[in-house]
Amino acid sequence: MIELKNVHKRFGKNEILKGLDLTVPDLENTVIIGYSGTGKSVLLKCIVGLLRPEEGTIAVDHRIVADLDRDELADLRGRVGYVFQFAALFDSMTVEENILLALRRRGLPEAEMHERVREALDMVRMSGTELKYPAELSGGMRKRVGLARAMALRPAHILYDEPTTGLDPVTSAVMDQLMIRTRDLGVTGVVVTHDMKSAFAVADRLAMLYEGTIRQVGTVDEMRNSDDPIVRQFIEGRPEPEATT
Amino acid sequence: MHSPASLAAPWWRRIVSQVGRSTLGAGRAFGDVKTWRSLVLVQMRRLGVDSLPIAVFIAVFTGIVLALLSSYIFTGAVPLYFVGALVGKTIMMELGPVLTGMALAGRVGASIAAELGSMRVTEQVDALETLGYEAPSYLVVPRVLAATLMFPVITAFAVAVGVISGWITAINLLDLTSQEFVKGLQEFYRFKDLWFGLLKSASFGAAVALMGCLMGLDAKGGAEGVGAATTRAVVWGCQSILVLDAFWALVLL
Repeated sequence: MIELKNVHKRFGKNEILKGLDLTVPDLENTVIIGYSGTGKSVLLKCIVGLLRPEEGTIAVDHRIVADLDRDELADLRGRVGYVFQFAALFDSMTVEENILLALRRRGLPEAEMHERVREALDMVRMSGTELKYPAELSGGMRKRVGLARAMALRPAHILYDEPTTGLDPVTSAVMDQLMIRTRDLGVTGVVVTHDMKSAFAVADRLAMLYEGTIRQVGTVDEMRNSDDPIVRQFIEGRPEPEATT
Repeated sequence: MHSPASLAAPWWRRIVSQVGRSTLGAGRAFGDVKTWRSLVLVQMRRLGVDSLPIAVFIAVFTGIVLALLSSYIFTGAVPLYFVGALVGKTIMMELGPVLTGMALAGRVGASIAAELGSMRVTEQVDALETLGYEAPSYLVVPRVLAATLMFPVITAFAVAVGVISGWITAINLLDLTSQEFVKGLQEFYRFKDLWFGLLKSASFGAAVALMGCLMGLDAKGGAEGVGAATTRAVVWGCQSILVLDAFWALVLL
């Protein structure tokens, strides 16, 4: 379980997260929606310890991230996979080397590492690309390799940062399928997106981030039927909030 | 984490605290031998061996100019065999290390800053950390170590080439024989001339690589941010060389 309590994050005088509270239950996909620039990616980076909030606590599996020492943080990052918006593959390495890099840190036997690479690429349907470089792959393929890299560590949670942004509708649907399949394999997912089609497809629960706090959390049906004009405007993609009668 | 209290602390306390944190961080990164051990050799080839041609090119012309310049200064004033002494001492102690360092600040410093800057703005540095690596151990230490070890090697080549080019210039373009040139070279040579130059160049290597890493990892935004970081790395690298050059002269001469 991932729990965020009263999280504040500032960059200079600009406060992005303003006392955010959110609980991500295990074995579900929780999708965080919200306007661009509202701090969705910042939130993910705080969860995995890449950014440190000024106030509040973030606990992953009951361990408070800010209290972890270097080794404990490395251990936590082995349990929390991260799929970056633009995949963030190392461009000087092949697909196989990208995934192996994650595994080498864990000191696994060579044969097991190669088996995990094969398994992870197979899962995202990217077998046969082991020797290709990221520059030789399309955006969708890179994102799938990014997911394979995260999955190779067999994490308990995966954080997805805008997994379908910039992809064509078919590749987006493939990414959605992979996120659902990953959840079905027992991995908790936190998905940040403003692609509502994808959000509805993969979400067990949706949370809307608005002006630094969580505006509403609910199931897909609850969010679709929300009375909150801000939530409705975002979900329905209207330029103005719904007029209240 | 910067608490409001720490932000309100006096500037000197913040500096002391920052220096303390950086020292601890550097100690931890160098202690993480398992991470950087296998990467140093790769960086030594990239930063060192590949930089040899530019260092040799500069040394050839430095040797020529020094021989001609010293002949111009010494003619009619002191015996011409002093040309050998001036070429040898100047190249070993000053121009070899400094000009090589400056050239490599452009080549090595810029390449490190551009590479790490691109990694920073495309989230590859964040990705590295989510995989359990620390950027200082994986990215900074191998580059700083490689440059510290390879700058003296390249400088040694540059010194040798510079002296040889000065010698060839002297015997072909000046009224000087090989014996006279070598006499000047030997008469004033001290072992310190050599190690002083090589020690300086090791410190230049560390400074240039460190500036490249710091500026690259601090890059923000997109291509423009990487460009700005690269420029800063070269400027700070060159300035560090000049400051260190004066420091070593004050301390060791």
